[in-house]
Amino acid sequence: MLKKRIIPCLDVRDGRVVKGINFVDIKDAGDPVELAKFYDQEGADELIFLDITASHEKRDTMIEVVKQTAKQVFIPFTVGGGIKSIDDMRNILRAGADKVSINTPAILNKKLITEGAKIFGSQCIVVAIDAKKNENGNYEAYINGGRVNTGLEVISWAKEVEACGAGEILLTSMDCDGTKDGYDLELTRLVSEAVSIPVIASGGVGNLEHLYEGLVEGKAQAALAASIFHYGTYSIREGKQYLIDKGVDIRW
Amino acid sequence: MIGIIDYGRGNISSVETALNKGGFENITTDNHDILRKCDGLILPGVGAFKDGMKDLEKRGLIPIIEEAVKSGKPLLGICLGLHLLFEFGEENGVSAGLGILEGRVERLTTSFKIPHIGWNDLKIINPSPILDGIEDGDDFYFVHSYQAHPVDKSIIIATCDYGLEVVAVVSKENVFGVQFHPEKSSINGMILIQNFGKLVSKWS
Repeated sequence: MLKKRIIPCLDVRDGRVVKGINFVDIKDAGDPVELAKFYDQEGADELIFLDITASHEKRDTMIEVVKQTAKQVFIPFTVGGGIKSIDDMRNILRAGADKVSINTPAILNKKLITEGAKIFGSQCIVVAIDAKKNENGNYEAYINGGRVNTGLEVISWAKEVEACGAGEILLTSMDCDGTKDGYDLELTRLVSEAVSIPVIASGGVGNLEHLYEGLVEGKAQAALAASIFHYGTYSIREGKQYLIDKGVDIRW
Repeated sequence: MIGIIDYGRGNISSVETALNKGGFENITTDNHDILRKCDGLILPGVGAFKDGMKDLEKRGLIPIIEEAVKSGKPLLGICLGLHLLFEFGEENGVSAGLGILEGRVERLTTSFKIPHIGWNDLKIINPSPILDGIEDGDDFYFVHSYQAHPVDKSIIIATCDYGLEVVAVVSKENVFGVQFHPEKSSINGMILIQNFGKLVSKWS
């Protein structure tokens, strides 16, 4: 059977991992390549790099990170952040990334999804959706790092993203992100049931039970987590063991 | 020397990286003379069947692959590379493939999510040197929406379960094909790459 995936996400700024990480086995905890290797050995099923570099000039550092990672890591990895055009996609994919993740540019220009899927294949195109619940209990999609509400209803946007040719949806709950209270299970389940492409749950993981909830109750195909792994609260192996013990199909 | 056939399809540098890690001399090229001199070929690739065939044709690579198969050189098709080995593909309309293996490639018919993305475990049906050291239940990384349906079922070496039986590994004499991406399948993938490398060394 297909296994549920555990995906650590690394925030990278100017070629360095941002969140404080301290593992004994890693020489340079700020080096994204070292960390990617570490997570590969730890049994991560995939990796996501989120490039939060502010200045355009320093974007090339990410290309170098991608090149080095591709040489040393033998699991799939996705790069998101700052990808605005087909050329940006090509540069990242050519450097060795397996997939690109886009959010704001996808909403501003849907053709980017269609074109990207046509040129590189649907499997390369991950559309990230940042969702927040409004007063009426509906979910709306946000862009520009959560600063701008597009007013787009998330479920219909997710369906549209699928119709445009996206291969996966990376779904982040802005309400839950950073709370450590667990994924927004209602949101995750709604989107996962609405589309036939895989959904990666993101935002809010504070313990291993949350991973279980997102994958089983939220019906996500993959669970993304950042801080619980980065800060060493749990190892990937501990997370996987927990899920296996609870009967979830997981790759060991 | 292993030749990675470059026909402009997607990210194939990871195949090269995996061969390098395994210590196998390799070259990524569409140059006919160089490919003819190689002791084994890999046909990698992601993307659409029809476009893949068009690109092979445009670069005059079809006879090179056919020659290699006849000569007994090991050939490994990965993902789209596996699909192209068959007679027909039904992606964006029916189109002809290389016809090295009998059968067709069709969209996955499953109630599960498509694409089939992620790690799935193999059910080994027939023995093959390409799976030396790989055990029943070992996981590999899959990314695809279409799958091969061989006419001759005896060429199926392994399958995986995705609500339907997915053909994961085929092998007929010197021709091998894998639906998953060994270059992205961590340690298990490296074992398979090593096996192919050994087959090439043995042949040369």
